[in-house]
Amino acid sequence: MEVKGTAMAGTLESSDAQVTVEPGTGIELSIESSVINQYGKKIRATVLETLERLEVKDAKVTVVDKGALDCTLKARVEGAVFRASGYSEDVICAGKKLPWGGAIQ
Amino acid sequence: MINAVGRDIPEKVLQDTGMQVFQGAYARHNQTYKKAAPTVRGIVDPKESKMVDSIAEVLKKCGIKDGMTISFHHHFREGDYVVNMVMEEIHKMGIKDITICASSLGKAHNPIVPMIEDGTIVGIQSSGVRGKIGEAISTGKLKGYAIMRSHGGRVRAIEEGDVHIDIAFIGAPTCDCYGNMRAVGGKSDCGVLSYAVADAMYADKVVAITDTLVPYPNLPASISQVYVDYVVKVDEIGNPAKIATGAAKPTTDVRKIMMAEYCTQFVINTPYFKDGFTYQTGVGGASIASTISLGKIMKERGIKMGLGLGGIAGPMCKLLEEGLIEKLVDTQDFDLTAIESVAKNPNHYEITASEYANPMNKGAYVNQLDFVILASLEVDVNFNCNVVVDSNGMITGAQGGHPDTAAGAKCTIVIAPLLQGRTPAICTNVTTVTTPGETVDVVITDYGIAINPRRQDLIEAMKDVKLPFKTIEELRDIAYSIVGEPDPVEFGDRVVGIIEGRDGTIMDVVREIKPYEFD
Amino acid sequence: MNPNLTRLRRSMMFLNAQKPSLIKDPYIYKPDSIMLDLEDAVAENQKDAARYSLYHALKEIDYRGVERVVRINGLETPHWKEDIRVCVAGRCDSIRISKTESAADVLAVEAEMKKAEEEFGVEHGSILIMAALESCKGVMNAYEICTASPLLFGCALSGGDYTKDLQTKITGTGVELMGARQSMIIAARAAGKQCFDTVFTNLDDMEGFRKEVEMIKMMGFDGKSIVNPRQIAVTHEVFTPTEKEIIFAEKVVKEVDDKKAKGIGVFTVDGKMIDIAFYPGAKRTIEMAKAAGVYEGDL
Repeated sequence: MEVKGTAMAGTLESSDAQVTVEPGTGIELSIESSVINQYGKKIRATVLETLERLEVKDAKVTVVDKGALDCTLKARVEGAVFRASGYSEDVICAGKKLPWGGAIQ
Repeated sequence: MINAVGRDIPEKVLQDTGMQVFQGAYARHNQTYKKAAPTVRGIVDPKESKMVDSIAEVLKKCGIKDGMTISFHHHFREGDYVVNMVMEEIHKMGIKDITICASSLGKAHNPIVPMIEDGTIVGIQSSGVRGKIGEAISTGKLKGYAIMRSHGGRVRAIEEGDVHIDIAFIGAPTCDCYGNMRAVGGKSDCGVLSYAVADAMYADKVVAITDTLVPYPNLPASISQVYVDYVVKVDEIGNPAKIATGAAKPTTDVRKIMMAEYCTQFVINTPYFKDGFTYQTGVGGASIASTISLGKIMKERGIKMGLGLGGIAGPMCKLLEEGLIEKLVDTQDFDLTAIESVAKNPNHYEITASEYANPMNKGAYVNQLDFVILASLEVDVNFNCNVVVDSNGMITGAQGGHPDTAAGAKCTIVIAPLLQGRTPAICTNVTTVTTPGETVDVVITDYGIAINPRRQDLIEAMKDVKLPFKTIEELRDIAYSIVGEPDPVEFGDRVVGIIEGRDGTIMDVVREIKPYEFD
Repeated sequence: MNPNLTRLRRSMMFLNAQKPSLIKDPYIYKPDSIMLDLEDAVAENQKDAARYSLYHALKEIDYRGVERVVRINGLETPHWKEDIRVCVAGRCDSIRISKTESAADVLAVEAEMKKAEEEFGVEHGSILIMAALESCKGVMNAYEICTASPLLFGCALSGGDYTKDLQTKITGTGVELMGARQSMIIAARAAGKQCFDTVFTNLDDMEGFRKEVEMIKMMGFDGKSIVNPRQIAVTHEVFTPTEKEIIFAEKVVKEVDDKKAKGIGVFTVDGKMIDIAFYPGAKRTIEMAKAAGVYEGDL
């Protein structure tokens, strides 16, 4: 997917993560986390895998993690990427179907 | 050298400190030693006044100089002004290389961090530290080792002479001109002065600092005039709003209530739950909730608690008033209800920290505990607990009476929610051991309860009890299945802190944290 | 038949599907069902984000046997069709239709579900439906709604919206909900379906909450919508048969089985006249006791 604009998903509440996606060259990933020492590598792996599944090749991705589980991290990355790639709720409601079980896993 | 909880203690630390590694919670039983003693200046002339006008002057009178060890108590908790007040004067005088030996330090003492950085303070000995001091230690700013001691371990260290206090500064809510100190009656009531008694008895110089000077004699005194060199009156020794809060509202968090309910069910099904049983609990939401639910069952069954021990909060005082507790024995007060109770209720007694928990006196109160209910940041599959270092490796808590009560009680129960955000409370290896697993009998989580396999008697007692029992490994596996297995925290090489066992041996060391790297 | 059609649903707890801290491990509180909400709890500009969150929760969190109902946005909104796709793709247990007013609403949802089931290879019938009645029209049409689809297991009252439509409000007396409760439970039972009561939002009034649960149980309801885990224990307590009820039910079941074999139709248990008509009720008591984990007998 092509990141065309800047979009954000998620919050800074405990157990959540706030993910911001912007246009970029290659994947530029920055991660800040309240559990960085214990889960930094896992967080990075999850974010990168999610981006790969979504076929995002060029984007600046910023993750501020507050102890989110993997399922939440994925959801927030997807939320930000789809929003930044032209899948607004209006577009979705107009019939642009999301790839549940495909690029979203 | 590997110690009895499997921690590798670097030779350098053993050489630098001359300390031994931890050899087991009861390894020093029966050992004899000669107590340390202070150097005392006799006050023979009745014309000598103990009153001194300022902190600066009293420092001069006490002969403050580079390299001294000074001490403080933490009965004013996050409302304390005394530490900062004294350190500011010492800093102004340009004194260096001070070691602070405090019963505990908190966020209120963040202002001393620059003095750590500039070498005014080179040593910290405390139950624990929070906030910026913890960060300063964990990032390697303190020149010497920070030594974390339990409440009982601190008194032991003083009485055995591991630490010698040159000057003790004792904040006193009320004091008379000759040094009789009480914890009640002033602007900054804190209930008791238990932690400061050893300082008064073993420091060379003892300074009482008060904001409420009362007519002589101030009786009954928590600390007697016979130990006190000087008395200084200042405007304020603390912020009453932060010394004692109003009684906390009982929690409505269902998870905590559920763990409290498990705890109560466990307690009442042990053989120790009978008339006259002895009990200590903390001030966390689950602990308070379990005190309340236990109270109900005591009333129903007509069982009374003989002794309620420890840091005291409102709910225990309420049980005392209702006649469900015979005697409350107190070393610290957490709220206004407790302060009022110790001042007024004849069955609510103040004791010293030595009486409370010193492992090397001739038997502390903790040795008589049937139950203690504790919390913990982490518990590992060997039941070792960590209450000092957070999961990012930062020093952020205090030992308090955790290892003391755990070692003393017949049934030590630790309550911890299985997950705090993504951090699992039950893990393979705690980041730092503060309380050895051999003294921890039961762990209660929201996902189930694990009994230490060393306690086959408790496992037997629970065999028909309907509670969600699991092994500690099962609890860990559930946690990991939800949040993933955590990577061990990567530290730098330098040792910045020592977790001292209550008997004076090394339980564990804390290393400098290092910036996280992905590869 | 999908066994979930008749499962125990004493407590059905609403959770905002968009809040990670809530959806992480609500099974700890042991509700019978959770209702992951895409509708009112989710702000209009977070409808998309809630779906990603919901999808991964359904796929990756082990809810340990707790029923996973998803409340989708109303048919009058543009969101509901994608909501159904994510529910089906994530294989939730049931879909709760908001603001149901007619059998046609149920059929519209079922049709969308069918499409999604084909798309994602999900067996038709594996995901059930419940209808929330939130208007006077919905309440009036309760019977046609309850009989609209074999996949519909029951209906629930949504008191807030309903009382607005009725031009009154929640008063705490229950008087404004009397008619709706009565019609719904009658309609649901006539259709052979379950029926659930509305939420009770004053979390500090546990006494009032208990009274309301006791009342709806007497009225015949199967369970209550819950807004906070604090309300679960009381609800289960009220809906759990007492020891006396269990013992009696057990005797009835055993006696009926025994007497039937001997060709006896009417007999007495503990001095009460009993016949075959008592059998289903007694069975239900035993099932309820089993589900609540308090039955220790051998039935």
